[in-house]
Amino acid sequence: MLPESRSKTMASQAMKIAALVSVGQHPLSRRERRADQDARAVELALSLSPELPSLIHVGSARNESLRAYLGMGLNNLKVLNADQDVDAVPALASYLGEQALDIVLTGVRAECGEGSGLLPYAVADQLGWPIVPRIVSVVSIAGGYAEVWQALPRGQRRALRVPLPFVASVDPAAEPARQSAFGPAQRGSIDSRPCAAEPDQARANWQQHPAKPRPKRLAVAKGGTAAERMKAATAKPQGQGGQVITEGTDREKAEAILARLVAEGVVR
Amino acid sequence: MLTDWLLPILLFGALALMLIGATRRVLAWRAGRNEPVAVVAGLMAMPRRYLVDLHHVVQRDRFIANTHVATAGGFVAALALALLVHGFGVDSSILNGLILLSAAGMFVGACCIAWRRRNPPGRLSRGPWMRLPKSLLVFSTSLFLITLMTADWFPAGLVGWVFSGLLLIGLALGLAEMLVGMGWGGPMKHAFAGALHLAFHRRPQRFGGGRSTGLKPLNLTDSTLGVAKPTDFAWNQLLGFDACVQCGRCEAVCPAFAAGQPLNPKKLIQDMVVGLSGGTDAGYHGSAYPGKPVGEAKGNPGQVIVDGLVSAETLWSCTTCRACVEECPMMIEHVDAIVDMRRFLTQERGETPGAGVQVLDNLIATDNPGGLDPARRFDWAADLELPLIADVGKADVLFWISDGAFDQRSQRILRAFVAVMRAANVDFAVLGNDECDSGDVARRLGDDATFQRLARHNIEVLGRYEFNRIVTTDPHAFHVLANEYGDFGGHYRVQHHSMFINELMEQGQLNLQPKALGRVTYHDPCYLGRYNGEYESPRSVLSTLGIEVQEMTRSGYRSRCCGGGGGAPITDIPGEYRIADMRVDDARAVEAETIAVACQQCTAMLEGVVEPRPQIKDLAELVSEALVTEARA
Repeated sequence: MLPESRSKTMASQAMKIAALVSVGQHPLSRRERRADQDARAVELALSLSPELPSLIHVGSARNESLRAYLGMGLNNLKVLNADQDVDAVPALASYLGEQALDIVLTGVRAECGEGSGLLPYAVADQLGWPIVPRIVSVVSIAGGYAEVWQALPRGQRRALRVPLPFVASVDPAAEPARQSAFGPAQRGSIDSRPCAAEPDQARANWQQHPAKPRPKRLAVAKGGTAAERMKAATAKPQGQGGQVITEGTDREKAEAILARLVAEGVVR
Repeated sequence: MLTDWLLPILLFGALALMLIGATRRVLAWRAGRNEPVAVVAGLMAMPRRYLVDLHHVVQRDRFIANTHVATAGGFVAALALALLVHGFGVDSSILNGLILLSAAGMFVGACCIAWRRRNPPGRLSRGPWMRLPKSLLVFSTSLFLITLMTADWFPAGLVGWVFSGLLLIGLALGLAEMLVGMGWGGPMKHAFAGALHLAFHRRPQRFGGGRSTGLKPLNLTDSTLGVAKPTDFAWNQLLGFDACVQCGRCEAVCPAFAAGQPLNPKKLIQDMVVGLSGGTDAGYHGSAYPGKPVGEAKGNPGQVIVDGLVSAETLWSCTTCRACVEECPMMIEHVDAIVDMRRFLTQERGETPGAGVQVLDNLIATDNPGGLDPARRFDWAADLELPLIADVGKADVLFWISDGAFDQRSQRILRAFVAVMRAANVDFAVLGNDECDSGDVARRLGDDATFQRLARHNIEVLGRYEFNRIVTTDPHAFHVLANEYGDFGGHYRVQHHSMFINELMEQGQLNLQPKALGRVTYHDPCYLGRYNGEYESPRSVLSTLGIEVQEMTRSGYRSRCCGGGGGAPITDIPGEYRIADMRVDDARAVEAETIAVACQQCTAMLEGVVEPRPQIKDLAELVSEALVTEARA
């Protein structure tokens, strides 16, 4: 039943869809690239309508890494020209408001810069549209409503009915983006237009330093049947065990850690 | 007499028809992309290329070489003489005698071909090619007897209307095959297209004992990147496809075909012929692509090749081992064509299969195929205190590490080679983290943009320092540095470690105590052997180690690929067998206990074969194990 409804609504109706794209950053080389989640948003946008979606970026039109989005088979990318220190939200909201769009897709959060994940919410708020976070697919669009699937932890999905137009962020569990081809990427055009953007005053006062990844606790399930171990491995973490040791000598602390490691089976 | 007025009509009619067909054919080639060639020099060089270079390849099969000399030589001579005698009416008993001699030679050759075709091996095409020896016999016999008749050397009583009529019909049939068929796409097309192909070959350096194996750079501003339609090939590539004689020697050596992957180099070239002339592959009578039926492929000069003519898996099955190119008696360039079409798939369609997308994205973002932290490239040598060329400024040898730096098995080879160089007190240095992937894999996966970026980066880095030569343990990097960076301004003296170690041995720089290893065979890496002609140095190194190499049936220029080239392990097109398994079976057949290799990719592929199997050791490891270590003072 599902594929049928998809073919009916997805192919026949020309929807106006926009994807907001940012300049990403490779986690290891720190090199600029197409952001993975934004690319997934573009991939989803491409699958929704026979008409090509529009791509929108706030920043510099001279950034060559934006071309990787064009390499997914798009002819055109619209850049709202702005400096790095501006707040993208008002610029986007005023531009999107003029475009008579049905759906605006974004990634969940940017790969560099502030990366707070608030942008889709703020844009939707200014437009007065609903926001659906973390969708993985749009199942059908009919009668001014879209049925979307939202990603929940551990592979669960929630079906939601949303009135058009709406803003949605695309979860990393959505279809991975297609390969970006060099030829179309070079030939696509990047059009820039000025926009009235204000510098982000709040951010100007912040201090920034690199985040430190925190190590995760290993939960090793022992014994029981295979099904029980599977359940233990996939279940939501219930209240954390362990203890916080602030008192005592370094030796005592080290012994406590060692005992724990032995108990977990990390050290034999 | 009937023959007096009919013979010239037959001869000149057939010639005219051939010329019309040939002109159409030439126009079909010229629909390809422009590529300048030295026309006069090429035509002048053609006889030599045909008689020497091509014959050298054909001679690997002595029987067919001699047969071809008799048949082709007899035919050309007989036809030229027949034109003089029967066409222009020159009456000379000497010429008549020569016609008889040529036709007889042709007849003997045709008999040999017919003999070979009684029960032809699977690699040979059938269909019209089974008809060819009969046509040759009919032509030579008819011409022989007609010449006897017109020269009045025939017992008069036997000559009658019926008899001479039959002979003329025979001659007409022969001419239809030999001349009309030559212009209109019959089996004899190979003679006319082949001659021009030799004259206008895209790699003239291959003639006269030279070598040309580097891929041609792609112009990244082309309106279509790579080859989408047959007309996107250079015109002389199209000409080259038409030169194919469907002998199937390529098919017999193709590792992908043997593994049951959907590739057959001969069929691929024939499909290109279908594409350039328009039609279907229903007229193809050779082996199919494994697992794919014949007769369903359609194409024409303006149609995208991967949309109906050749499937993408066929193109991705190739390991770029160049065995087909090495074996082709017509010197057709299969690998160039395959990579040209891959370029379209990757750079226009964005359809690199399997893990190819990930590998290319990684190369773009991190300059290594694994997507690992580029700042950790040099970690493998943390304890070796290797001199960085950035610190020392210059060195005799620049040691090119390659991506083996990120792979634990390859690191053992690198460390062994460092030990060898240290033992010989070589003045060497490394680039450390400034080195990037050579671009080999990106290029073979069709991403020439990434290859060119990496090449330019590496050339820029190498340009900062002074060194006499680059030495690497990776034949792929060796090939790219030596043969493909030149197009971007990087000209270096590059050596593979086998060549370098051999030099050290010859100079007596290494103090060695060979160890007994049992039976050892040597596996020639494609990119060292066929791509760079280096077969001797590794064998010489092994013999200095006191090893008597047990040669596998397929070794030297006929070495079977390990399956690891051309990005094949990345795109991973399914087949019935694994190429690496077949290669290890080759080694088992000579009861080898150790396979000596000279390439980290071959090491990885062959060690991936399930045990029990011969152990796999790189040359550097074998040499370093034999080093006599002096106690440090």
